Amino acid sequence: MAAERFPVESGHVMMFARAIGDPNPIYVDPDYAATTEVGHVIAPPTFVQASAQFDPDYPLRPKIGERWFGSGSSAGAAPPARSGSGSGGGSGTGLHAEQHYEYHRHVRPGDVLSAVTREGRSWEREGRRGGTLSFRESITEYRDQNGELVVTARGVGVRTSRTVEGD
Amino acid sequence: MALSRTQLTVGDTHEQVVVDGLTRTQIVQYAGASGDYNPLHTDEVFATQVAGYPSVFAHGMLTMGLTGHMLTDYVGDGRLVEYGGRFMAQVWPGDTLTARSEVTGFDTRNGSDCVELAVRTVNQSGDEVFRGTAVARIDP
Repeated sequence: MAAERFPVESGHVMMFARAIGDPNPIYVDPDYAATTEVGHVIAPPTFVQASAQFDPDYPLRPKIGERWFGSGSSAGAAPPARSGSGSGGGSGTGLHAEQHYEYHRHVRPGDVLSAVTREGRSWEREGRRGGTLSFRESITEYRDQNGELVVTARGVGVRTSRTVEGD
Repeated sequence: MALSRTQLTVGDTHEQVVVDGLTRTQIVQYAGASGDYNPLHTDEVFATQVAGYPSVFAHGMLTMGLTGHMLTDYVGDGRLVEYGGRFMAQVWPGDTLTARSEVTGFDTRNGSDCVELAVRTVNQSGDEVFRGTAVARIDP
């Protein structure tokens, strides 16, 4: 996921914490957070995945004026072939296989991050239920407004020609 | 509440139910927060009729986020140094997930004491849906 400017906002962090079912006040309450070892609100450990919101080319978000591949008056269409980089995730028959994070520090509201993604390794193997699985790794570096490395993310996406049943 | 080296032993476990009966709405909530609106996760019509799945299913990253809740409750806020893993099986609406960590060793990172953890999340049938590792800073 590439994003030139990923502003970390407190409302976004709150929504993310709610979505993962975590009521920890460290994610929402500055007064509480001030009493903790951390000393300020932080984002949950997987929050940087939400940089997708700030990736102008992210393929899994409907874009104004463009046809979306989900259902409407029809059931939808086979998704466009996935191109470009992504920290895992996938479209259509592409799925997220692995995700790894290294935290140099924890993200906090007020940070303005940038995310630069580079391709990593790629490999193939036979699926347990037939077909060839193609894996592709990408590495994303999240840096803050001072250019300091905050999080290093490594994602692996997998594609197959068949519907993946938990493989 | 941070963990302390003196209180920890290899083999120690911590376990938490991180979602009890996952709803489609929570999957949509995660789509909205994360920005991943893939209709495989958000659109039952697409997921069943076009993609051929029995229903929508959770983002792998939702499972990892739910599992992270267990980890941060265990190791304390701002203590994770590394967290990662593999998505082993799909998570479906109605699933109840239990996330578990086990102490596998100790190390130091940048001069700080750290605990190494194996992480495993299973559904109500005991099927593994996420398997990973984490490293967290601990007190001496």
